[in-house]
Amino acid sequence: MAAPVRGMIGSTSIGNTTSFQKKTRSKLVSIPGTRPSVQNGQLLVSSGVSSLDYVIGGGLAVGTLLLVEEDHYDSYSRMLLKYFLAEGVVCGHELFLASARDHPDDIMQELPSPIVDDVAGMKISEGQSQPSDPENPDTMKIAWRYQNQPKVQTALASSVRFGHYYDVSKTMEPELRQAAKCHSFYQLQETPVVTASSPLPSPYHSLLKSIQTVIRKEGFDGSTPQSKVRNVLRLGLHSLGSVLWGDDVCCKDNPAHCHALTTFLYILRGLLRTSLSVAMVTVPSHLTQNRAVMGRIIRLSDTAIALESFKGSEKETNPLYKDYHGLLHVRQLPRLNCLSCEVPDTKDLAFKLKRKQFTIEHCSFWPGYHSNLHSSKEKMYQRLPFKMSRCESQV
Amino acid sequence: MFPELNSILNSTPDSFKSSDFILVSDRRADASFLIHHYLSFYLRAGCKVCFLGLVQSFSHYSAVGQRLGVSLAQAREKGQLVFLEGLKESFGVLLQDTSQETQPLSYLRSPGAGLEGLFRFVESCVRQSGDGNAGESWGPPVLLIDDLSVLLSLGVSVGAILDFTLYCQATVCSELQGNMVILVRCEEEDADDDEEGSNLLQRGLVHQCNLALHVEGLPTGYCRDIHGQMEVWWRQRGETIYNQRKIFHFKVHDKGASFFARGTSSAVL
Repeated sequence: MAAPVRGMIGSTSIGNTTSFQKKTRSKLVSIPGTRPSVQNGQLLVSSGVSSLDYVIGGGLAVGTLLLVEEDHYDSYSRMLLKYFLAEGVVCGHELFLASARDHPDDIMQELPSPIVDDVAGMKISEGQSQPSDPENPDTMKIAWRYQNQPKVQTALASSVRFGHYYDVSKTMEPELRQAAKCHSFYQLQETPVVTASSPLPSPYHSLLKSIQTVIRKEGFDGSTPQSKVRNVLRLGLHSLGSVLWGDDVCCKDNPAHCHALTTFLYILRGLLRTSLSVAMVTVPSHLTQNRAVMGRIIRLSDTAIALESFKGSEKETNPLYKDYHGLLHVRQLPRLNCLSCEVPDTKDLAFKLKRKQFTIEHCSFWPGYHSNLHSSKEKMYQRLPFKMSRCESQV
Repeated sequence: MFPELNSILNSTPDSFKSSDFILVSDRRADASFLIHHYLSFYLRAGCKVCFLGLVQSFSHYSAVGQRLGVSLAQAREKGQLVFLEGLKESFGVLLQDTSQETQPLSYLRSPGAGLEGLFRFVESCVRQSGDGNAGESWGPPVLLIDDLSVLLSLGVSVGAILDFTLYCQATVCSELQGNMVILVRCEEEDADDDEEGSNLLQRGLVHQCNLALHVEGLPTGYCRDIHGQMEVWWRQRGETIYNQRKIFHFKVHDKGASFFARGTSSAVL
């Protein structure tokens, strides 16, 4: 039997790789941490929480704006923001963090630590813990099949996977965090610029200018020639609309700057549409007195979700909600480049913060029925209250 | 272009009424699929279209247009379509030191000054149909706006917007026998919000229009198979006043939308 040597001519490595090369369409940009949407081909990035990605249609489209209406004490929306930034660090995206209350460095230090793939780590240690050969200290004795493979980097260095899992009880290692490029904007340290003829108050104006400078300087809008690998910029803007940003839409019935936040969001979306960036904005909507303004803010963003936590409300003691920490409302889903949008199966969604993980689940009111959006079948059977025979529960 | 909607409204790209002002509005729903319908409808009819796309990028409309069978990029090259992209140029306009009143997006810098710049842009676009490429004469001009209520979010007053639509109607519909289609998005009825609300704007425009399409969610709640209801209100047409209203249910899918009478959804039957 003639060995198919010809087939090996095209391949470069000695191993068993075939010479089949997938024809990559030059139109699709391949950036680590992104994938095209199944529905309309949009480039998606993960928000950090995989169950949230599922609910909003697979992920956040690049060039869009995610609006998060904060819960009363800003605990869970802040956690979503940290997940969003942590996902950016792990995927190697650039970050831009703007905040008025806490210093951006404080927020960055609290990012959850990613759960590393244990398998890759073990193979490395296997190969390296052998007694060193006097001629060649690098030869592997046990894992010799992997001798010719390139040295596997730890899964943290630059992950091309879409969506990762995090351990909330631990914070991210400083080395990993510092490997990511982060631009920050801390409102209290900025000098106010007198902008006499702008409809925006000074903090929003300087924030927009700062964002645009970063986009232009780092080449996210394609203005600089493609000398380096293309990347995505993740913008996290914390608690816009609060008083610390110089905006009084949250404290007065008839605010003087009632159009400041809406104008800001409009122009921000214009900047996002013309660059490879994604923004997550949290707004303390429970403080706005005027419901019409919230309606406008939601329409000015692409994806909008609201978090309603049970803490301090009468729902905390409601037995229906005893497993959850709050409800998640999906206010708006975007229609991007297509007529129809992702129509969700259900609107009854709840979230909970377990010791290590933040998840979003479909909260059904059938007694005893729970379904985790991403879990295996075992968990589904475990939660049924009535007795199941032994063989079924082991499925 | 949605064939079922054409049969409901009794119009085709070959024969449609001129001097028509069509108002598309929605309340807590998304009526932008109707704008895509009208865009492909008038491009197929061979009219000169002036599109003010204030909330989405050109590539969005172009991608949807391809699914509906028209090529917006080609139409723009030939001069049939003039597209004003509000989002792309918004930041540049904001940063400019000098604001000229005649610039189309000047309302971003000085929202209190009105929309004269925008009107001048529309006027120059629709009056241009005579000159241009040799041998390419388009049909009556059409003005499409998506969407007008975002100007309220940017600080323009309701009075200024109503003035602008009145000027446009006088120029496009009465003088040039063209058509106008405007999208307005409303919020919920709020009793103490009457002064500067989008409801006021919508009510003002309904009085000016010939045909009003209002899209809402189902009154009975959320449903996967029926995306909402659309109310068609035939209003004044020249001397005759129709004042006829009908409600249809619709479902939007990838390549179009289907409309059916209430209760006759395919999911139910």
